[in-house]
Amino acid sequence: MDISKFTSRKFLLVAGLVLAILVFLATFPIYGSNSAVGVWIIIMMYVILTVSWVMFSGSTGYMSLAVAAFFGIGAYTAAFLYPRTPGPLLPLPAVIIAGGLVSFIFALLVGLVTLRLKGMYFAIFTFGLSVLLYHIMVFYELQIQGFRGQRLTPITNQTAFYIVLVILVLTVLAAYLIRRSRLGLAMQSIGESEDAAAHMGVNTTMVKVITFAISAFFMGAAGAALAPKWGYIDPTVAFNMFYSFMPVLMAVFGGMRELYGPVVGAVIFAYTERALRLRFPYQYMLAFGIVLILIIIFLPGGLTGLVPKLQDKLRGVIARLRKGGQSEQHVNT
Amino acid sequence: MSSETVVRVIVSGILNGGVYALAAMGLSIQYGVARVLNLSHGEFIMVAAWLTWTFFTRLEINPLISVAITAPFFLGIGFLIHRTLFTTLKNKAPSPAAFEGNSLLVAFGLLYIVQNIALLIWGGLPRTYVWLSGGVNILGVQFSLNSVIALAVALALGVAFYVFVSRSRPGKAIRAAAEDPATAGLMGININRVLPLCFGLGALLAGIAGVLLSMCYPVSTSMGLNYTVIALIVVALGGLGSIPGSFIGGFILGIVGSIVAQLESTLVMVSFYAILMILLVARPKGLLGKS
Repeated sequence: MDISKFTSRKFLLVAGLVLAILVFLATFPIYGSNSAVGVWIIIMMYVILTVSWVMFSGSTGYMSLAVAAFFGIGAYTAAFLYPRTPGPLLPLPAVIIAGGLVSFIFALLVGLVTLRLKGMYFAIFTFGLSVLLYHIMVFYELQIQGFRGQRLTPITNQTAFYIVLVILVLTVLAAYLIRRSRLGLAMQSIGESEDAAAHMGVNTTMVKVITFAISAFFMGAAGAALAPKWGYIDPTVAFNMFYSFMPVLMAVFGGMRELYGPVVGAVIFAYTERALRLRFPYQYMLAFGIVLILIIIFLPGGLTGLVPKLQDKLRGVIARLRKGGQSEQHVNT
Repeated sequence: MSSETVVRVIVSGILNGGVYALAAMGLSIQYGVARVLNLSHGEFIMVAAWLTWTFFTRLEINPLISVAITAPFFLGIGFLIHRTLFTTLKNKAPSPAAFEGNSLLVAFGLLYIVQNIALLIWGGLPRTYVWLSGGVNILGVQFSLNSVIALAVALALGVAFYVFVSRSRPGKAIRAAAEDPATAGLMGININRVLPLCFGLGALLAGIAGVLLSMCYPVSTSMGLNYTVIALIVVALGGLGSIPGSFIGGFILGIVGSIVAQLESTLVMVSFYAILMILLVARPKGLLGKS
């Protein structure tokens, strides 16, 4: 094995940074206040949703708006397996995995039917799917169950924090591995040109369906983890279209070329959301719309897309400083 | 089911269908020509409904007069939105597909902006006003006068729009741009004026649909998305760019909606979304594609 790869400066830097973040997060509940722990749960939830959204949509270019659907399915799976009365039917880790699996299977079925749809149609379908599930659950609760909402056996913020952290680590790990695998390459080629990818022997349907389902697994697991943390869910909480739009915005904002782009975008947005959305709900959503439009028009590469540009600029400035004022004069004359 | 119920269900479906057709025509011209799948279409309908409500309850101007203020306002707003946002986006986009994807996201942004401005102004509670709610007898069943007027206005507007697109010079430019924007541009059509015009006309139709809806139904800030979906379904049923098709699609959806409402009123939106998704899967070539 080539050991120099693991001793290069860049690798050590990245590894050190990741380790530092992990240590910070893992020890956070020990010294952080309960409400701060709660905030970090939400931030990590958005990172999970965004990274898993980018896992599929970022490279293939298929814009999925089904995040709310998979998140809600996970949340409702947890509600049925971990109810307040008559008490939990399964241990918590099993409930989380079940939430992910139900979403996974649902995504497989949906993917097989719909991934033939190109571009816009796929976006509309997934959008409709989320809203349809919302309306179905409203109907189920009001007409069949007879009352609104589901009560769950509540878990503490501490427990929820560690569960969400584990899901987060697994999501990022999966995203990293997929990017580096044949699957990731196949998805990228689909994003570049689906016809060309198919001609090169990529089984495009298979690749799309599998990654769609893998990404849905993490979204479902996140939903299953958040539901008992809240202790109560109803269709408005579980199938909120906000969960579908936020990851898109976070990913676009952060930039999708690098793995850390969506993470950066999600952390910034989730934090401002916690700080502002409850106090100024309408103004916050209004600003959300404006920022979304500005980013799409003026910042197509996202925030991290600026990094290489800035590096170039910086190098240019440094080079000019080294050469001194002489070259400036040359340019001027 | 008594014959009276059958008449009531079918006629009220047709009465709704006229407004659905207007909404669909708006979406159809925005996507068919300007290639913007405007998911904020329903929000324009919602704002127009609120404006009409405000005119009626605050200034006592009746809807058929205030529409003369609302309609040009929406035409102008739509034109400006395209001229500023979507034209910039179009010039920056590397490919038509990239433009469509990005314009969908921008439309999401617009949805949030418009909806939350409306929430700040009018709040989240639904409101109604009463205007010409007297009964009209159709085949032995009473219907309110305002819903009959709404259908009449929608039909008249449909005919006017049809004549505009098929006979007038701007209509010809619009049809040429729908066919092939690049070639139309080479033939001397100012594409940077025609596309904003189409978007503006779409907003205008949404505006009038909103005025008509406010006459018959409660106005609420959350009504927009449902009408966007209704417009999408009607376009899918009637075909993109076909005005008679929009009316046929609108009437079909209106009748389906009133049948479902008769059986189980909470399932109306479920059935609409289900229809949308079945249409998408059944016609993968493109729900909104030109045949």
